[in-house]
Amino acid sequence: MSETNQASTASLTTADGVDLKTSLQRAERRSRRRAFLLVLPLLLFLMIAFVFPILDMLKRSVENPEVSTLMPNTVVELADWDGDSLPNEEAFVALHRDLVAGRESRKIGKVATRLNYERSGMRSLIMKSSRRAKRLEPPYQAAFIDLDEEWGDPTLWRLIKRESKPYTFSYYLSAIDRQYSDTGEIEAKPEYQQIYIQLFLRTLWMSMLITFLCLLLGYPVAYLLANLPMRYSNLLMILVLLPFWTSLLVRTATWIAILQQQGVLNDILVSLHILTEDTRAQLIYNKTGTIIAMTHILLPFMILPLYSVMKTVPPSYMRAARSMGASPLLAFRRVYFPQTIPGIGAGSILVFILAIGYYITPVLVGGQGGQFITNYVAYHMQTSLNWGLAAAIASILLFVVIIFYAVYNRMIGVDKVKLG
Amino acid sequence: MALPACATTGERIWHYTFLFICALVFLFLVGPLLVIIPLSFNAEPYFTFTSAMLSFDPEGYSLRWYQDFFTSEEWMNAIRNSLIVAVASTFLATVLGTIAALGLSSRHMPYRDLIMAILISPMIVPLIISAAAMFFFFSRVHLSQTYIGVILAHTALGIPFVVITVTATLSSFDHTLTRAAASLGASPVYSFFKIILPLVTPGVVSGALFAFITSFDEVVVVLFIAGPQQTTIPIQMWSGIREEISPTILAVATLLVVLSITLLITLELLRRRSERLRGLAPS
Repeated sequence: MSETNQASTASLTTADGVDLKTSLQRAERRSRRRAFLLVLPLLLFLMIAFVFPILDMLKRSVENPEVSTLMPNTVVELADWDGDSLPNEEAFVALHRDLVAGRESRKIGKVATRLNYERSGMRSLIMKSSRRAKRLEPPYQAAFIDLDEEWGDPTLWRLIKRESKPYTFSYYLSAIDRQYSDTGEIEAKPEYQQIYIQLFLRTLWMSMLITFLCLLLGYPVAYLLANLPMRYSNLLMILVLLPFWTSLLVRTATWIAILQQQGVLNDILVSLHILTEDTRAQLIYNKTGTIIAMTHILLPFMILPLYSVMKTVPPSYMRAARSMGASPLLAFRRVYFPQTIPGIGAGSILVFILAIGYYITPVLVGGQGGQFITNYVAYHMQTSLNWGLAAAIASILLFVVIIFYAVYNRMIGVDKVKLG
Repeated sequence: MALPACATTGERIWHYTFLFICALVFLFLVGPLLVIIPLSFNAEPYFTFTSAMLSFDPEGYSLRWYQDFFTSEEWMNAIRNSLIVAVASTFLATVLGTIAALGLSSRHMPYRDLIMAILISPMIVPLIISAAAMFFFFSRVHLSQTYIGVILAHTALGIPFVVITVTATLSSFDHTLTRAAASLGASPVYSFFKIILPLVTPGVVSGALFAFITSFDEVVVVLFIAGPQQTTIPIQMWSGIREEISPTILAVATLLVVLSITLLITLELLRRRSERLRGLAPS
């Protein structure tokens, strides 16, 4: 059967005598190329303006160029050092040369800052030594130790040797409250320096709570919208879409006006004698503020996917269940609810992904207790200027988001997102 | 949703409780936006209703915060910057995105899923991460603190919205129309402008509106890569909320709510027109 088919296609030719199969393949190749060329400008633009910067950030989170490029002589000398005794005179000569050169090029501060991330006090030690290096006389070993006895400490030299590699995981370790011990093993940071794990966990559980609240509030509304006659549900849909379309800062400012101690909600509660003037509730600049404002902001992202799934559930199923004697609760639990699970999954993942990456709202209404991990990305970029650590925290967050996004994509496909 | 005539008392109670719960959620959704509108006409620099306002005394209301807004050089400057950045980035995103959507909706597009994932990624990656990445990269190529830098960043953020809406419109596009045009001798470019574009215009315009509002509303990226020269409305609001919070913010907020209502109505009209054009029953 297949042989006769092949024989007949082989004999088919187009008008100008070309084999039909080849001709079709050629046409297909041409349209593939044309489709690709149409997409190419945009793809190139996004590669350069977006994907490349992200990759660059990932690289920055492991980059460690300071010691290896600015203290080249010391690095070479330390290569065959045994790591236990004090380094020999050659190492100190190299150190002297690097510090003098670093001071002249004014770049030694970078090394000082970098090493200070690993061991406090390194910044002042390096800066002081580089200022005085020019006046030191050989033998340098004795001179440096005389300048500051820290230079006689092998653990300090082990640190320099460890940080002389061009790539490092130390930013990632910092981002999960770990550090290299003196012997190069990974250990927990001292208790008072541990902040990030706790903040990551807080971001996760607050995002989950917000997702749950959105589901709790969104499910009945989506059900109502999906089951009302079109002319009513279209009107009510506007009430869902209006906040969705309103500026994020407007919504955040609104919640500040409503929730603050002299704000609208407290005034209402006081005038209803639920609260008195002295017991005005602190509803904002804490976790409560972040949770209320973010639930409001993200609620439409839950309602819209739920609505589009509920729209596809035929109402006759519920009626059938009822007619066969199921109680309303049972019919809902066994017939309706299971069919809406894809919508619940889609909405929850969407809200969760958006929540863990939120920055503006937690910063404005979260006070001390309602901050997210994103706040530390901004802090290390703008205030402490520890860009490696900022990149490492951002990369971990990105990794979490990509995992959830992959699940989301599996479930519904990203181009199916409804935009209102 | 109507209650059947034979409903029991329990069902009736549950039905009205359910409606009441929904009403509360709707109040939660739009209530805050409605509260700030009257508050922005407050004569006093407070964020709450004064007794004069509650008794509808005309003395309690004033337009001073609007006057403040329209006479403030900073705010007017911010409006200008926002419009420059939003218009330029919307234009770029719409042109590039529409052309790409044409390719993506072709049956022959190779690696469609992978490319789609890349094109959508700016919408998925949290803004703070995009901001950090662009900040590092743009300062390396001397684009930070420039208009071009902000415009390029916002173009990238707006692209997913254009791609999604235009490919969605094209997915129900009847490709026999272009074949008919080609058989009648139209060149691909001619049939694009005469056949495809008029039919997908509603999708393109709503994609452009999404890109516009994305840029107009964006804070995080601007916060990191823009200099004081490029202060936009959201940045001005951001610093207003953080530093000295004055009811001028509420006046701006009210104006922005009016803007979003306008956009929402425009989009709804476009959607209806698009469905009519494509011969779908209005739903």
